[in-house]
Amino acid sequence: MSRILLLNIIRFIVLITMQVFLFKNMGYYNLATPYPYILFLLMLPLGMPKWLLFVICFFTGLIVDGFYDTLGVNAAACVALAFLRTTFISITVQLENHETFATPSISEMSFRWFFIYCLVLSLSHHFVLTLLEAFTFSNFHYTLVRAVLSCIFTVLLILLFSLLFYQRSRR
Amino acid sequence: MRNLWIFISKYNNFFLFILFFSAAVALIVKNNGFQRASALNSSNTVIGGIYQKIDNFTQYLNLKQTNKDLSEENAYLRSQLKSSLYSKLIEQDSVLDSLGQTQYTYIVARVINNSIHQKNNYLTINRGSEEGIVKGMGVISSHGIVGIVLNVSPHFATIQSLLHADTRVSASLANSNAFGSLVWGTENFDSRKAILKDIPNHVKVRPGEEVVTSGYSLFPPGISIGRVIKTGKSGDSFLDIEVKLNNDFNTLQYVYVIKDQFASEKRQLEGDTIATNE
Repeated sequence: MSRILLLNIIRFIVLITMQVFLFKNMGYYNLATPYPYILFLLMLPLGMPKWLLFVICFFTGLIVDGFYDTLGVNAAACVALAFLRTTFISITVQLENHETFATPSISEMSFRWFFIYCLVLSLSHHFVLTLLEAFTFSNFHYTLVRAVLSCIFTVLLILLFSLLFYQRSRR
Repeated sequence: MRNLWIFISKYNNFFLFILFFSAAVALIVKNNGFQRASALNSSNTVIGGIYQKIDNFTQYLNLKQTNKDLSEENAYLRSQLKSSLYSKLIEQDSVLDSLGQTQYTYIVARVINNSIHQKNNYLTINRGSEEGIVKGMGVISSHGIVGIVLNVSPHFATIQSLLHADTRVSASLANSNAFGSLVWGTENFDSRKAILKDIPNHVKVRPGEEVVTSGYSLFPPGISIGRVIKTGKSGDSFLDIEVKLNNDFNTLQYVYVIKDQFASEKRQLEGDTIATNE
């Protein structure tokens, strides 16, 4: 329990630091910007209370926004991610009591599940993010392209991290 | 209430999402200049569009009143125009001279109505009895004589033009001083020509000779009227001389009304003379 809390805190600090100091400066011609800090949100324990999940997502987004000078944009995207995350998990995973603190990762779940999980959530996050950044429906195709390319970038980075810290399945 | 609570807790996920998302969007709109501006803009576009529609409709309803107001304003502005002002400024000159007393003073007037194509032509000028114009005064322009004041109102006067069948002006030939009367209208309706009648047959008249006022009538002597273009005998002992007028009545703008200081005296004396003769 405390180990999970500690792991999450470390993950939070490391990912946010990397996000605001490293990945902020990365990008592909203003078309694709990676947001791998959402890995922290993805790897929050499976069965945590929904309100807590929303609160954590909201404030994580706010902190990233603080560094990006876009107050509220990342927060909104993270809230959208939280909403999709609860929905996605409630559809795909049958939670048992002892699994409440289980971390959704490649080692805990299957690679296929984790990949789809990453893809859907980061896509939703990036879509909301780019849409709120643009704040207009004109040039919608450009916004969409940005979201998709950023999503690909992010998912690649997230898979890289996950494989880096891959532990052999305990199941 | 309980049902509502059950409903909310059943879909708490969605409500939490709505709650936090709207909080985030509120933050965005509140703190980011661009998004705030575009949010305000879009709402202004929507609201402004609605207002525009309503305004279009009410505008149409108010059209009658608006038209009335505009025409009233037009009338008011028109009355402010310089051209609608009646100038009170009288330009009138008299020379003070110890040797000779001024007999004639001149009042400048502007021609505001003119005709040359009628059988009997009249002009209207913008000076009247308030400026000292009385019936019977002579009117000249810088090129020659114009006519005789016919009727006077406080601010206007009508002038019986030289181009009038009843106008007779005493005129003389500059070289010989033979005098006759200048008329217009009998078998001559050209606004640039007049006939000098009653010049005796023996007077030698050359074409190009100047015709001036004689001083016997309302006009000061020596005002140039025109030049002889053709001489011809009419009947017994008098010449009919065709005179080309210096004045172009078509383009007449400013005229001078001649005020003869001794006119009434002269008229009275002449009247007395006629009376005693009878």
